[in-house]
Amino acid sequence: MAENQREVIAELKDVWKSYGDLMALCGLDLEIRAGEVLSILGPNGAGKTTTVNLLLGLAKPLQGSVRVFGCAADHPKSRARVGAMLQISAVPQTLRVAELVELFSSYYPNPLAAKETLRIAGLQELEKRPFGELSGGQRQRVLFALSICGDPELLYLDEPTTGLDVEARRGLWQQIRTFVERGRSVVLTTHYLEEADALADRIVLLNEGRSIAEGSPTMIKARVTGRRIRCRTRLHTSEIDGIPGVKSVSSEDGLVEILTSRAEPVVRELLMRDSDLSDLEVIGAALDDAFLALTTKQEAA
Amino acid sequence: MNTTAQAVSQPRSLTRIFALEAKYELLKLLRMPAYAIPTVLFPLLFYVLFGLVFGSGRMAGPVNMPTYLLATYGTFGVIGASLFGFGVGVAIERGQGWMLLKRATPMPPLAYFTAKIFMALTFSLIVVLGLFGLGALFGDVAMPTVTWVSLAAVLIAGALPFCAFGLALGYFCGPNSAPAIVNLLYLPLAFLSGLWIPVQALPSLLQRLAPALPPYHFSQLALAQVGASTGPAAWISVLYLALFTALSLGLALVGYRRDEGKTYG
Repeated sequence: MAENQREVIAELKDVWKSYGDLMALCGLDLEIRAGEVLSILGPNGAGKTTTVNLLLGLAKPLQGSVRVFGCAADHPKSRARVGAMLQISAVPQTLRVAELVELFSSYYPNPLAAKETLRIAGLQELEKRPFGELSGGQRQRVLFALSICGDPELLYLDEPTTGLDVEARRGLWQQIRTFVERGRSVVLTTHYLEEADALADRIVLLNEGRSIAEGSPTMIKARVTGRRIRCRTRLHTSEIDGIPGVKSVSSEDGLVEILTSRAEPVVRELLMRDSDLSDLEVIGAALDDAFLALTTKQEAA
Repeated sequence: MNTTAQAVSQPRSLTRIFALEAKYELLKLLRMPAYAIPTVLFPLLFYVLFGLVFGSGRMAGPVNMPTYLLATYGTFGVIGASLFGFGVGVAIERGQGWMLLKRATPMPPLAYFTAKIFMALTFSLIVVLGLFGLGALFGDVAMPTVTWVSLAAVLIAGALPFCAFGLALGYFCGPNSAPAIVNLLYLPLAFLSGLWIPVQALPSLLQRLAPALPPYHFSQLALAQVGASTGPAAWISVLYLALFTALSLGLALVGYRRDEGKTYG
């Protein structure tokens, strides 16, 4: 089924949210469709956690609407159909893994069997251990278990692997994939492009409370990877934008910045059109650097 | 066929949510020596020291000292269980984000609070029964059965206003400062209300101050059961504690609403 034909199960429409003087979201529109893994990708402070809190009804928008399964986000009916893994520091230290799962499972109308929850989260061996005795990676798996125990139709994972080492991160990805196999929808926030690429069907790039790009991981990667060319030129940005291979152009104080997948043909063309071109610089950006460049460039534009 | 309980998922039932919430609230604290030991042992130790060792053979008004102090250390223990279990517990769980995580689930918020009340009442009962045992066995406390029962009932019921006060503190104290703030309120209030030594043994200035304090009214209601109250008519103390409860709940509600609009991290 084509992505855009799938049913929209949750949406934000023109949502504004501020904390004091800080504008966290500026007119964000977002749709979550049945069965998709949507990743909200952005740097710290982009508004990812705010978006998740609004979808969970833990915060109210200043303006705009938030609907989840046709209800207000804080309605018990919608909360019964979602699960959430939030960025929290701890749960009661003296309760055991199986006890925490039993407690959270009791909240939901159709929970998974405890054994299944523990299996998906990879906690079978740890069910008798108190939370306080677990490692950082194991604790994240417990929080993951609590988020899926209600067999949610829509699962929110708010930066689930932040602070984990590479091994623990890949372990948790595997557990997330096991849950995704059940065909449920997932909203995953992260500031790792690699993570979004590994898990998501669709990526929304968020920066400073605005959605600045949206598409499949392949499309987003093509936009944020590649090379940046910087130079001073008399060519107008609209003319540069017409050069084949150029993805985007911006200009500030006479310094032009061009994003492209291959630098050489573009540079050749630039030099042909403007032989006085100066201060030429070509930067091959790593994934996250390029991602950062895209988001900061947007800021300047 | 041998189906283990774990292999079967149980459908949602409100009774089950409230029961599990209460069970794990209690287990959580019973496994936490830093809460369970001081909450239960301090009132018992103080009672042994002031009521049984120093108080033996002395009178406090119409009753002997061990009987008088049974009512006031009962008050002391119940307030401690309520303020620490409720106040410090809520402050810590707000700080950890445990409360936020629960708010994101379909758990009825009332389940969380009734579990905490159940826990405070249970710890209160443990303290009261411990004190009763000490008083009866070592303090020559002799009372009709109905008096034992009514004293226990007043002491346990007295947990409720202090649960409400603890809840308000939990919403306005940070997770790290909460234990200190609660101690700074609890210990002076207990002393000034005449819970450690009888209020009539305090300097006269403090005796005049005591009726302004909530624990004083709680202790006078308990003392009335053993016929040793020196305070106002019972209905005045009940009214005072009812207003104190309402004010605390109002404050707690302000804190709860403030949290609703707030986000962490």
